Amino acid sequence: MIKMTDISKSFSGNKVLKNVHFALEKGEIHALMGENGAGKSTLMKIMSGIYTRDSGTVEVKGEQVNFTSPKQAEEVGIAVIHQELNILPYLSIAENLFLGREETFGRTGVLRTKQMEKKTRKILLDLGLNVDPADPASSLSVGKQQIVEIAKALSVDAEVIIMDEPTAALTDREIDNLFKTIRELQKRGVSFIYISHRMEEIFSLCDRITILRDGEFVGERKISETSFDEIVQMMVGRELGERFPERKSEIGEIKLAVKGLSRKNCFEDISFELRKGEVLSIAGLMGAGRTEVAQSLFGYKKLDGGIIEFDGKQVKIDTPKKAKEMGIGYVTEDRKSEGLVVDFTVEENVSMTNFAAISKNGLISKDKERQLFDTMVQRLGIRTSGPHQPAKSLSGGNQQKVVIAKWLGIEPELLILDEPTRGVDVGAKKEIYSIINQLAERGVAILMISSELPEVIGMADRVLVMHEGKITADLPKKEMTQERIMHFATGGGKLAVED
Amino acid sequence: MQLKTKNQSVLQKIAPFIGLILIVAIISISNTDFLTVSNLMNVLRQVSINALIAFGMTFVILTGGIDLSVGSTLALTGAVTAGMMASGIDPILAMLLGLLLGAILGAVNGIIIAKGKVAPFIATLATMTIYRGLTLVYTDGRPISGLGDSMTFQLLGKGYFFWIPIPVVTMIVSFGILYFILKKTTFGRRVYAVGGNEEASILSGINTDRIKIYVYSLLGLLAALASLILTSRLNSAQPTAGEMFELDAIAAVVLGGTSLTGGRGWIVGTLIGALIIGVLNNGLNLMGVPSFFQQVVKGAVILLAVLLDRKKTA
Ligand SMILES: Nc1ncnc2c1ncn2[C@@H]1O[C@H](COP(=O)(O)OP(=O)(O)OP(=O)(O)O)[C@@H](O)[C@H]1O
Ligand SMILES: [Mg+2]
Repeated sequence: MIKMTDISKSFSGNKVLKNVHFALEKGEIHALMGENGAGKSTLMKIMSGIYTRDSGTVEVKGEQVNFTSPKQAEEVGIAVIHQELNILPYLSIAENLFLGREETFGRTGVLRTKQMEKKTRKILLDLGLNVDPADPASSLSVGKQQIVEIAKALSVDAEVIIMDEPTAALTDREIDNLFKTIRELQKRGVSFIYISHRMEEIFSLCDRITILRDGEFVGERKISETSFDEIVQMMVGRELGERFPERKSEIGEIKLAVKGLSRKNCFEDISFELRKGEVLSIAGLMGAGRTEVAQSLFGYKKLDGGIIEFDGKQVKIDTPKKAKEMGIGYVTEDRKSEGLVVDFTVEENVSMTNFAAISKNGLISKDKERQLFDTMVQRLGIRTSGPHQPAKSLSGGNQQKVVIAKWLGIEPELLILDEPTRGVDVGAKKEIYSIINQLAERGVAILMISSELPEVIGMADRVLVMHEGKITADLPKKEMTQERIMHFATGGGKLAVED
Repeated sequence: MQLKTKNQSVLQKIAPFIGLILIVAIISISNTDFLTVSNLMNVLRQVSINALIAFGMTFVILTGGIDLSVGSTLALTGAVTAGMMASGIDPILAMLLGLLLGAILGAVNGIIIAKGKVAPFIATLATMTIYRGLTLVYTDGRPISGLGDSMTFQLLGKGYFFWIPIPVVTMIVSFGILYFILKKTTFGRRVYAVGGNEEASILSGINTDRIKIYVYSLLGLLAALASLILTSRLNSAQPTAGEMFELDAIAAVVLGGTSLTGGRGWIVGTLIGALIIGVLNNGLNLMGVPSFFQQVVKGAVILLAVLLDRKKTA
């Protein structure tokens, strides 16, 4: 179907792809894996005409092609779902779906709005999303916007669909629906290229896998003939060992206690305690109100009621600035819109929360700034070409590390992490887990929101499960299982006590 | 790769320089009176008022804002300062109060925008009319003159430091200070941050409201400084002073390569932009281009510069 041979690509002298091979057969689901910055997205952008290659050849159905624009790739039936969302928030859901190929009455230019909305509804229902196509796209959660993106690619009758981390923001149920649709299309002969950092997905969905490391082709395997460990080994070039590193923290006194927190239409009656050195996770489905709770604790969203006690003293946190001064850090969920100034350099982004440390009387000390940057790059293993690289040209996983780096600098006493490993590769995930552990061992109280259940179970000392704005369960380590958490996350009542 | 991204931004940054040099070359070839020390000093003096306002406008635009009220701020502060001086208040005190008034008028803009969450364009469109109206009320629509003969005040617009006009010295000193602030201070960095991504800035614990109020206050202060220079030069305060000044200031910022969406740009570009506008004004005059036609040329040059800029960034 598609054959890429000896592809190389440099960005300003920095080789990000070196003689890479990639072959896609008709009707297969082909996984593309590799660490953050390995060059996966870049390879796909070359395939879809967004970037031009420096050397090598690309053949589609046996014919050599030289795409110079995404439009050309689209014409031969290649559709892409990019890692970063491309939704226009003020257009309706249907308008987003039909953007650039609107249906009109003849050639009049008058839109067939009703017809497009009808089609949109059908496509989205197939993906398990029941929404009004006339609503603005901004009314959807990030996860649902992602589904609209997927629907967009599915609806152009593509022969090849490239998905760059499509599930990063989806709930389990949404992922199930997506996989069903993918398999459906596969039966009709559509081929897929599937990029993901989630091993479980690769094994349940894909037929073959190609692995890149540092811009080089490492190998290609049939999924049925490989293993979890072999893939990790190929990706990182060494044994990784335990997925969740061990933590030896002592759980101390209560750091944070909240009672009856509520915010209209978001959550109500949220009460819990979080101790020093403890990792408390909040699980739940997308839209359960977890992020809103975090944002309210951080002073970004107003509370309508409830009490917050910090170190045993009742406090009012009404701005993020105040939260930061109290020693609370917040690693946001959406790195592009909330975490980074994408036009800033990596260094400038790290500095954003750390002016107190790098300046004196309002003057920034270049040396101290560089020192902070160096420390963070080392501590988090951020892959960057240097302090002056713009944050927007970092690979997704490395952007996430930069957001975490921002908050490590303030030496937080309470760190809130909202989906801290979204879009992060296995090796880096483990590094992030180690950092969380180190912080906990130093007595930092950790509040971790996560939709990845293995991560919750592997990392948390205790888990709160939320459903539609309420806490439905508070489970200690030994009672955590995927089934129990899902049961409460979907609104199930009390389970009978087992054994 | 670092090299290249740097090179690209360097290229982008020197584009206004090249434009300025080109325009200077063309004008000095077609008119020999242009490249004389006295004429160049004259150009710089004319530029200084627009440049001061444009420096402040750079800060505002970097935060993603805009200020249409600067011309009116200039008129109102000029009138009030002149009024105080005419009524015999100590001229130094009057000037300081004038500067303070400018900062306050700017702060009012900032507060409406930051706390009232009004779009900067709308908020300053309204205060533009209000401040102009207040000027007319205060002056009864007539110029204020008879400002006494305070040495300091006279020097401000008409004096020389060796052979350099004092307004030019004021412009250069202000430029130096503001360049330093943008480049080296946490405040400067926060200005860029707010324009680059306001939400991320708030979530990083930056008090973005305060930054916004500060940048508008700074612009108000600089507009007041410009008004003192203008009043001193004319020896009177005109109720219609500063009309359309906001547009020249915005044009200088944009010519200098600062993005109107905020977060990207630099103040050196603004200085060049102001110089381009000043040189054009002066050169077209020297070349005897009719004044109505001058406006067409000026507009075309701005358009051309911005179009070229788009090409580069695309
Ligand atoms: N436009 C660009 N300019 C400069 N460097 C770039 C650009 N795009 C990508 N890079 C660099 O190329 C390398 C590969 O990036 P790419 O986005 O392909 O990684 P990836 O494998 O998709 O990673 P992730 O899993 O984090 O998404 C990175 O080091 C990145 O910094
Ligand atoms: Mg990628």
